[in-house]
Amino acid sequence: MSVARTLSACFLVLTLFISGCIRSEAPADVTILNQAEPQSLDPAILTGQADMRVAIGLFEGLTRLDPVTAHSIPGLAEGWDISPDGKTYTFHLRTNLVWSTGEPIRADDVVYSWIRTLNPATASEYAGELYYLKNAEAFNTNGITDASKVGIHALDPFTVQVQLNHPTPFFLDICAMPMTYVVPRQTIEKYGDRWMMAKPLPASGPFELVYWRLNDKVRLKKNPLYWDAANTKSDIIDLLPVGSANVAINLYEHGEADVVWDAALIPSELLDVLLKRPDFHTFNYLGTYFVRFNVTRKPFDDPRVRQALAMAIDKKRIVERITRGGEETASHFVPDGTANYTSPDGLEYDPDQARKLLAEAGYPGGKGFPRFAYLFNASAGGGSKIHEKIAVELQQMWHDELGINMDLHQVEWTAYLDALTQLNYDVARSSWVGDYNDANTFLGCFVSNDGNNRTGWKDPQYDSLIQQANEEVDIKKREQLFQQAETILVSNQVPIAPLYFYKGINYYDTNKIRGIYPNLLDDHPLQSIFKVK
Amino acid sequence: MIEAGQHNSPARRAWQRFRKNRAAVISAWYLLALVAAVLIWPVILKVAGAHFVQMHEPDQLSDALFAPPDSQHWFGTDVHGRDLFSRMLFGAQISLLVGVVGALVSLVIGVLWGAIAGYVGGRTDAVLMRIVDVLYSLPTIMFVIVLLATVGEMLKHTRLVKSSPFLENSMHVILLFVGLGAVSWLTMARIIRGQVLSLRVRAFVEASRTLGARPYWILIRHIIPNTFGVAITYLTLTMPSIILYESFLSYLGLGVQPPMASWGTLIAEGVAQINPIRIYWWLIIFPVAIFVATLLALNFLGDGLRDAWDIKSRN
Amino acid sequence: MYFVRRLIFAVPLLLVISALAFGLIRIAPGSPFDSERAPATPEIERNIEAKYHWNDPIWKQYLDYLDGLIHGDFGVSTKYRDRSVSGIILQGLPVSATLGILAFGFAMGVGLPLGFFTAARRGRWEDFTGSFLAIVAVCIPGFVVAPILILLFSIKWRLFPVGLWESPWHTVLPMISLGLLFAGRVARLMREGMLNAIQSEFVVAARAKGLSENRLLLKHVVRIALLPVVSYSGPMLADLLTGSFVVESIFQIPGIGVFFVNSALNLDAMLLVGLSLLYAIILVGMNLFVDLAYTWLDPRVKYD
Repeated sequence: MSVARTLSACFLVLTLFISGCIRSEAPADVTILNQAEPQSLDPAILTGQADMRVAIGLFEGLTRLDPVTAHSIPGLAEGWDISPDGKTYTFHLRTNLVWSTGEPIRADDVVYSWIRTLNPATASEYAGELYYLKNAEAFNTNGITDASKVGIHALDPFTVQVQLNHPTPFFLDICAMPMTYVVPRQTIEKYGDRWMMAKPLPASGPFELVYWRLNDKVRLKKNPLYWDAANTKSDIIDLLPVGSANVAINLYEHGEADVVWDAALIPSELLDVLLKRPDFHTFNYLGTYFVRFNVTRKPFDDPRVRQALAMAIDKKRIVERITRGGEETASHFVPDGTANYTSPDGLEYDPDQARKLLAEAGYPGGKGFPRFAYLFNASAGGGSKIHEKIAVELQQMWHDELGINMDLHQVEWTAYLDALTQLNYDVARSSWVGDYNDANTFLGCFVSNDGNNRTGWKDPQYDSLIQQANEEVDIKKREQLFQQAETILVSNQVPIAPLYFYKGINYYDTNKIRGIYPNLLDDHPLQSIFKVK
Repeated sequence: MIEAGQHNSPARRAWQRFRKNRAAVISAWYLLALVAAVLIWPVILKVAGAHFVQMHEPDQLSDALFAPPDSQHWFGTDVHGRDLFSRMLFGAQISLLVGVVGALVSLVIGVLWGAIAGYVGGRTDAVLMRIVDVLYSLPTIMFVIVLLATVGEMLKHTRLVKSSPFLENSMHVILLFVGLGAVSWLTMARIIRGQVLSLRVRAFVEASRTLGARPYWILIRHIIPNTFGVAITYLTLTMPSIILYESFLSYLGLGVQPPMASWGTLIAEGVAQINPIRIYWWLIIFPVAIFVATLLALNFLGDGLRDAWDIKSRN
Repeated sequence: MYFVRRLIFAVPLLLVISALAFGLIRIAPGSPFDSERAPATPEIERNIEAKYHWNDPIWKQYLDYLDGLIHGDFGVSTKYRDRSVSGIILQGLPVSATLGILAFGFAMGVGLPLGFFTAARRGRWEDFTGSFLAIVAVCIPGFVVAPILILLFSIKWRLFPVGLWESPWHTVLPMISLGLLFAGRVARLMREGMLNAIQSEFVVAARAKGLSENRLLLKHVVRIALLPVVSYSGPMLADLLTGSFVVESIFQIPGIGVFFVNSALNLDAMLLVGLSLLYAIILVGMNLFVDLAYTWLDPRVKYD
């Protein structure tokens, strides 16, 4: 008896104790599983897709993304004029703009936000995307200290003028990117680096931040003072950071989440079953999975060796057996569907030709080919281990087709990045996702001095083609220049071997959730998402 | 204390007692069979026909993805169509070795460390146990990263490693063993110290002290043997964690390098398949079952050996 | 007196731990500011490094860090750029600690009786079955138990939530997944402690005095038998209170367990050092507590 009484007393105390630690709150209208925990929601600082997908609800730039096509449409600016030489943009702000706290948003705020991104003290990684502005690079790299020399000015409270170095055809897309979002000056000056934690946090976008608990939840509620609040479809949206595919599918199947929007949150082994279900949606988006060769190391300094390795990869097996999401194999680097651009074809799967090339390079049948290592990162957190699986397949393919032996070298993320940056690898897995819809975001990576090159490959002809293309106003001529450059990249010199183009996969029940549209950037503004009641 | 009139040697009597312990005997046979299989299987693969090798080579990819167990693949195949049975046997090499290394380190260093700290006491005890606390509080993952990446990179360029292809290839695994060994003895030391604290005031210890025995003699003759029960029990508790810790490191990209497998990585691969939609049961059942069976056998064997040697436990 | 000295001793201990953890991060390859997308110019990376004083000499960084500590500032996270280390810990620790205490209760509640029972029935089939269960609990890793529990109790029978941290119901499966291994260990250590205690001379003496077997077991043996479990519960509590990477990830629980791993992988220096210090403080505290418990359970134990 007494034991039972003690036990029940214990249980009561325990229950009280636990309920103290655990909250109760209104359920969200829509709950979204949003891959990793955001590193930051500060628009100038954030870099990850998960971060952007939250920040897009809180802040807005001069333009914003159309939820259906992901093209830029008027945002805080209701219109703009472009000078005939394409170098001066004059934006006209809406006159009814206010922060969620009620203060007006004016042209000065826009200028402040852009200059803040470029300020070296802010240490924004994406500041480089604003180097199209006059003097922006000099200001960001401590060359000049006078912010008023940078090519952005407020002509009056409702007009912002921007001067560019070159005509930049995708500039309006840049104006929708997070590092240009308009952010609250007073709050930032008051709270410094911790300003995202300020309460209340003035928002310029369709939602306000209710709270953001690390590894737990971001809760957003509708900002009634947003200029387009009439079209904000949900009152409360929760975004949960989930890193593992199994957790995601459990929560979704159990009804705890409405939307899962990351292909990494789907166990690839199950795709054959899942893709047949009506609530799984696949679409193309601008991302490429590829292999980097370190051309500063023998034998990868020989283009024939690189071509041979590229041509011995059975990409079809990889997309059918491993990734399984209906991905297209890639012979070229820029994904199909990129605006104003069609890629030239690159090297196809041709083991005979590959063996011949390898023999020409001095390694007939793989004889004498030094043992080398394939570097890849452990996909910690994710369950599918795609990189490891592809590594295992490549190891076997190159061994069987070319008779060469490769070790697998799996390392954790920072060591992986470090090895890539220091060129301390032989062959490495890589991927690239477009920041905006233009061939330059892909091809620009392999210019000699670009930090994303990471292969040691330098080609003056390639550099000059890319530069000419970016100064070219004529869209057709620009495309041709890019095509010539890409042929060098994927057919002649081959510092990289593309494997496949990413496929976006989201899952949500279309009968319940509306307002998410597949698009090439895999961007989904929160404003349009809602649950059918 | 010894009963009179027996002409059997103590070892012989221990052996007789051990043989009566059915669980321990079965465990011993199971472990022997496992070790034999692990050793013989690579030889079979060397001498068998090409078709058999193609089918069972642990790293050989095939088109039979996720094949359930049948007469060809006894444990089924994985995502690359590799033979799970063969991968289990090759994985056993790594996992058993990790277990043995961890056990030895924790037995030798852990027991000595704890016994000295507890027996000598005072400042020595404080210093020794604070070292344990420091090591215990250091972030293990960081330690392993530094060991594998920084130290590994440094060693790679030394002449000793460069001169021997064996060292060059297995350095990663050796460093992994070092890392796992280094963290495996800490709790053992704490537990043994606690045990010794209470042993050293027991009557028989006091007695031999008043009889003038030297401290290290008391330590070796009386204290340490009396901690063996706890030591072996805790050892059987640490071995699974060490073997599994290796799989956790592998999961983070710090453990064994693919395509090599260990039991831990195979279990982890299997567990990734547990989901509400479809389960490849053989990828979970076989690795987990063999892992648990082996550790159970080790536990019962440990118990049996201890009971057989433990004179006091005879009723 | 002894215990006061122990507390004073803890300060240099914490200094050593923080210095070692700091040093480890700095000799690991890579930098926390490497990113998949290289910034447009190397100057951008330099801006970031300047902001976080990454290129200062290491001793200066460490002294700056200590200076912050004295003023109660645990520094900033380089991964979660909007956060301070103390903010991260304050948010996650209550969650991890709650789960840890529950799991500790589960481990003791299941482990102690099981260990007592198997020792009292030594050599019989009850011993065999009980020991078998305890060993199985020790051998089946949490990352196997948790998904199976979820599959059965959440997905199939819909008794418990699949994850998240919202109501007392949400704590049941994580508690079991986390506590099971420890329950098995406690049971084994308890059994071993019992067997040792039964043989110790003063128990033999008590038995000779004619105390009944049950009273003997409960009154005298259990106190001594608890010693190995008590020694083990120091590190065990430190482990449990600071969360578990595996259980927190599988059940999507917002504790600090995941940061022990992630901060190392991200080379998030101040977060890692802060967590190591937190762990050390809890460990030292628990070990002190354990040693106190020792003198209470076995009055013959003395510290000099």
